[in-house]
Amino acid sequence: MDPLVLIFLTSGLFLGWALGANDAANVFGTAVGTKMVSWRTAAIICSVFVILGAMISGAGTSQTLGKLGAISALPGAFMTALSAAVAVYAMTKSGLPVSTSQAIVGAIIGWNLFSGSATDIATLTKILSTWIICPVLSAAIAVTLFKAHRFFSKRVSIHMIRADAYTRLALIVAGALGAYSLGANNIANVVGVFIPAQPLPPFQVGNFIFSSTQQLFLLGGLAISLGVFTYSRRVMMTVGNSLGRLSSTAALIAVVSHSIVLFMFASRGLEAWLAGNGLPTIPLVPVSSSQAVVGAVVGISMLQGVSGIRWSVLGKIVSGWIATPIAAGLICFIGLFFLQNVFGLKVV
Amino acid sequence: MKTDLYLFRRTRQLETQIDGFFDKLSESSVVYRLAVRLYLREGACEEFQGRLNRVNELESEADILRRDIEKQLYSNTLIPDSRGDVLGLIETVDQLMSEFESSLWALSIETPQISEDYVGGFRKLTNMVIRAVDELALSGRAFFRNPHDVPAYNHKVVLYEKEADVISTNLKRAIFGSDLELAQKMHLRQFVEQIDNIADVAEDVADRLSIYAIKRLV
Repeated sequence: MDPLVLIFLTSGLFLGWALGANDAANVFGTAVGTKMVSWRTAAIICSVFVILGAMISGAGTSQTLGKLGAISALPGAFMTALSAAVAVYAMTKSGLPVSTSQAIVGAIIGWNLFSGSATDIATLTKILSTWIICPVLSAAIAVTLFKAHRFFSKRVSIHMIRADAYTRLALIVAGALGAYSLGANNIANVVGVFIPAQPLPPFQVGNFIFSSTQQLFLLGGLAISLGVFTYSRRVMMTVGNSLGRLSSTAALIAVVSHSIVLFMFASRGLEAWLAGNGLPTIPLVPVSSSQAVVGAVVGISMLQGVSGIRWSVLGKIVSGWIATPIAAGLICFIGLFFLQNVFGLKVV
Repeated sequence: MKTDLYLFRRTRQLETQIDGFFDKLSESSVVYRLAVRLYLREGACEEFQGRLNRVNELESEADILRRDIEKQLYSNTLIPDSRGDVLGLIETVDQLMSEFESSLWALSIETPQISEDYVGGFRKLTNMVIRAVDELALSGRAFFRNPHDVPAYNHKVVLYEKEADVISTNLKRAIFGSDLELAQKMHLRQFVEQIDNIADVAEDVADRLSIYAIKRLV
């Protein structure tokens, strides 16, 4: 294997690390911030289930990204992932909530513009529509779950201490589901652009052959886990404290809603079931876990009165969602120009 | 899996301890009422001392439970949203139990002479105070299981406390309107106020509980 391959892959792994550092907080932030679950437990569960999600269910969303822009040259894929990672890093530094999904889509469009490839408008529309559907759907699920919780809590008497134990257990289960969904849905952001180039030779363990794609998914999952273990603690504490006004039950509902939405946009099984029953299918698209959590929190806050929502903060969050793909696209375009004209690398 | 089983075993144990704590309050109020009635009938007799000792024991047992509950809540970082409220509740209920104890000790040490004219008033006052405490015990239990029910119980606590105030005022008027020596009047007034104070403390705890319950329901 060409050692350059590993160097090119580092940009994807950097993006994976950033995703693990930031998005794990969406899954376990509240639980860890409120000390309902210890950070160590959260990090271990999150890492294991992110890798499982990526390996078992990561293929669906990767295909959609492939349709948006099939980057066949490894240096091109390197710059696409790097520009997404730089955009994510820059947005995080400037305090704007970040979405790796939006960054990678912006970067792929940057590559399309540079290479003169036509952007598949149907796929792009599908992806853009999910950026609106995702938070709205997450809010709707959160509102439904919250109302159901209110309905049952008035009718079922559970001792506060027991309810606390159940909430802890539910936070762990929801966190595991969230981490699995995150791996399944967002692995495409991390290594999706490298898949068309098939950079790694197949690798045999006993009777099982690891394809290049599977190896990429595993590497991406490991990079996300590394991000979780090395940097997520601080982000989790921040998310936990900023969501401190929510009760532990409301926080649990936010995480569950987020996990359900991410799973819906990644599950091939669900897509097949919906199609089999003549129902409209949900597109398999990498969606932003930050958007999903924000949608859920806004939904719950609206139930408790619109005055509770800090519109300036929400405006800042939405502006970040617009700025991220544009920044990633620009960085990618300029970066590809340099790779091709200064370093003489084939990017298309 | 072992951790989960341990988690639920610990939960059950703590639930039992909290229920046990409120059992001590209910039992203290029953024994206190019996002790005061006994004193009004027979003075500081041997049986009265037995009742007093039982109230002391209950207070000590409640103290042990309180410390254990507090330790578990903090060391296992349980109920982060309501931990402070639960600790506040348990500590104020503990103070209420101390009021029972000190009231009986005062009767035992000072042995006030309560003439037949005031026995009925003291009995009525004690009954009303005990009703307030019993409703508070129900309210405290409801806080942990059905916070929606807390306002209904608290409403009764307030009602009984007000009624106790009326009885105590009438009793004090009767005492000071009598031909008793001033020293004896003041001595009796002190006991009226001491008993009435138990209902006041119960009302304070109920007020706290109302806020805690609202916080749980928001």
